[in-house]
Amino acid sequence: MSKTTTAKDGATLVVKQPLDLRDLVVRYGFIAVTVLFFIYFAATIPAFRQSSTMFSMLKFTSVVAIAGLGLTMTMVVGGLDLSVGATAGMAVTVSAMTMVIYAQQGWVAFVAVIVAGALIGAFNALLIVSFKIPDLLATLATMFLIQGLKLVPVDGQSVSSGLILRDGSVAPGKFTHGFLQINRGSIGPVPYPVLIFLVLAVVTWFFLSRTKWGRVMYAIGSNPEAARLAGARVGRYRAVAYMLSGVYAAVAGLILASRIGQGDISAGNSLLLDAVAVSLVGTSVLGVNKPNAFGTALGAVLIGILLTGTTMMNFPYYWQDVVKGLVLLVALVFSFTLSRKKQRFVAAVPL
Amino acid sequence: MTTAVEMRDITMSFGANEVLKGINLELEPGKVTAILGANGAGKSTLIKVLSGVYNDYGGTVIIDGAAVDIDHPTTARAYGIEAVHQKIADGIVPGLSVAENFLFEAIVNNDISRAASLRSLVPRAREVAAVLDLDWPDDVLRSDIYGLPIADQQMLLLARALVHEPRLLILDEPTSALSETEAARLFEVIRQLRDDGVAILYVSHRLGEIENIADRLLVLRDGIFVSDQTSPFDWARALHAMLGAAEADPHERTGELHGTETVLCLEGVQLLPKSTPFDLDFRAGEVTGVFGLLGSGGTELAHGIFGEERFRAGDMKLKGEQFAPKAPADAIAHDVYMVPEDRVAGTIIKDWSIAMISTFPFLQDVSRLSVLNPMAEAKVGRSVIEEFGVVAQGAADPVISLSGGNQQKVVVGRWLRKQPTVMVMNEPFQGVDVGARHDLAEKTRDVALAGSAVIVMSTDLEEIMQVSDRVIVLADGNLRHDAYLSETNREEILERLSEVE
Repeated sequence: MSKTTTAKDGATLVVKQPLDLRDLVVRYGFIAVTVLFFIYFAATIPAFRQSSTMFSMLKFTSVVAIAGLGLTMTMVVGGLDLSVGATAGMAVTVSAMTMVIYAQQGWVAFVAVIVAGALIGAFNALLIVSFKIPDLLATLATMFLIQGLKLVPVDGQSVSSGLILRDGSVAPGKFTHGFLQINRGSIGPVPYPVLIFLVLAVVTWFFLSRTKWGRVMYAIGSNPEAARLAGARVGRYRAVAYMLSGVYAAVAGLILASRIGQGDISAGNSLLLDAVAVSLVGTSVLGVNKPNAFGTALGAVLIGILLTGTTMMNFPYYWQDVVKGLVLLVALVFSFTLSRKKQRFVAAVPL
Repeated sequence: MTTAVEMRDITMSFGANEVLKGINLELEPGKVTAILGANGAGKSTLIKVLSGVYNDYGGTVIIDGAAVDIDHPTTARAYGIEAVHQKIADGIVPGLSVAENFLFEAIVNNDISRAASLRSLVPRAREVAAVLDLDWPDDVLRSDIYGLPIADQQMLLLARALVHEPRLLILDEPTSALSETEAARLFEVIRQLRDDGVAILYVSHRLGEIENIADRLLVLRDGIFVSDQTSPFDWARALHAMLGAAEADPHERTGELHGTETVLCLEGVQLLPKSTPFDLDFRAGEVTGVFGLLGSGGTELAHGIFGEERFRAGDMKLKGEQFAPKAPADAIAHDVYMVPEDRVAGTIIKDWSIAMISTFPFLQDVSRLSVLNPMAEAKVGRSVIEEFGVVAQGAADPVISLSGGNQQKVVVGRWLRKQPTVMVMNEPFQGVDVGARHDLAEKTRDVALAGSAVIVMSTDLEEIMQVSDRVIVLADGNLRHDAYLSETNREEILERLSEVE
């Protein structure tokens, strides 16, 4: 009865199946599309070829990418953090308040923003884990709360140097040089935001796919009951995912604040949808059909390439959303229409 | 000799996994052909090929002397092949009335207007019901299908299949949800159909049923027929062919184990709202079978020990110390493990390999500084495959590509290989074939022999007798009986179970 055949290559955890064209398209199609667009723009737009363009493209992508990486972690545990855009916007206002109104140093603003991001994540975790409110609804409520509450201490005004305060005095501080360096500084040709993005992408990828914590998070996203019965503390992991998401969104907000150089109250408004888009696009990369850090990073870069390329080809600004929509749509076709991963596995279950 | 349906050299693979390896079968009209096979032998796959669920099979299906391509359930139906699948829930549509369920195909095919009133459907539903002489009153036909007894739901599905006057009727474990009298009713119907000249393919694990109804018995093993008999059947030969080896009584190897050291102490534990609290000890070095009908408290007992939910009252001591797990993680930290009753919902994570499922509860074993080591994981996966006789290509196989019995070997094996202090197994043999059950029972006893306190919950007395040294009888949450198997017997156990308080 116990006839056992053990593959000699049992060391690999990747399911080996014969590849045909469709599988190849699902697995590498997205990367191929990214490379093709890159080559096309590089061939037709001379300015696109310059390395400074590359870096400015990555730099402007980094904010969305970092927020998307945080969001990806909440997707991995089966949720979705709708408050990332609002958290980044909060970060901009808190940075400005700390430095402009309270005349504190840049590092104080930095710490305040990170702590605030973690607190927002903890609040989401409280709603989701302890109050058992579904993820989307809880984070939607949080999103509105933050968007409104961040305006209370600044009376709904954008905070910039020379702001007249409630008591008639002039705000004493300004964005410090050090803080502005977050966006402007660079190591060699690599701007800090790009560096932060790349480091966080690698760290997140490693965390999710190479550590036992990441493994547990994926299990929770796929079958929370099975994870719990195997000894996973599901609530804690979900809480950590939301806190990390809050912190990542805060980091994205710090870069944004440093770029804008003032406490623009509308900052971060469009970030949520962009972050959701790159995370969803990321699920289709390599045909894995699940949220993953590498995919999210690549998704952000592809959208960055397309936006930079189309802008340089003098497409009007409103084409940007069309481009994002098309990229998302193509990614969804890869995931849902072309991929047969799901169907094949379901078909293999004997009744 | 005429044949209703003939199969020639049918093959079917999922990836590298060849499930059917050349099936040759002639199904004759007016005969009941039974197929017996362990889980994973390929029975379900064969049925799905015949009923058009899979369209990428190899080989030929011949009907009326012509090769046909069964590429879709509707094609199968057009050729007169009807299948009633094992899970009744897959066939009925909750939320619709009984009448609408009778007419479901017509509704799906738009033969019946969406706006048709329930009243107007009843006469048409009657026509379908008449196939099986189901004389159900109008108010039943108009009621929600949910309230219909399982057996009647089964009859409804059968009527729905028979209304097409099939040449071949496939029945997959049709009695699994039926009581004995309900099953007898089904058999009457089957005999009638057989006499009317329908070819019947009957798949079951229950030997008594096959003996009762089948004219011919085929044994499927590893995707190929290994035995072909006509009634009367030689059961020893059939079982030998099915399992590939004689089934040994596990007790023969280990003898009855009597543990001496009490590991887990239940004190004043109350399982159900109205049940009486009781004390109970579980000892290392023996298998305690907890026998009771569905809803008698076995699951509550398992959940309480594993920290999934608290007992209504009472305390536990583990090795003399207070033990109050608040979550499964707490129990696991004390080497108290559990195999849940629902394998798919409670253990399976889709897309995960055998290695990943095997290592999941003990990721620290295969990681250094929390970084996973894929080589170590694969090694654990391979050792589970080897030690527990999992039929698979390798540790990288997705666990859901395995048959039910082999999945269960993986999810039981991942705990047993850690030599638990207390091992709770809630219905570990459900949906597991005879061969896998035998292997699992043997491994379970080995672990007890090596010093674990093993607790097996089951609603099946045969399973309890096969795996346990000591038997506990639960009824309505009350402790009715506690004895070693050598001190008691089947009659006494059943008597204790049936006592009314």
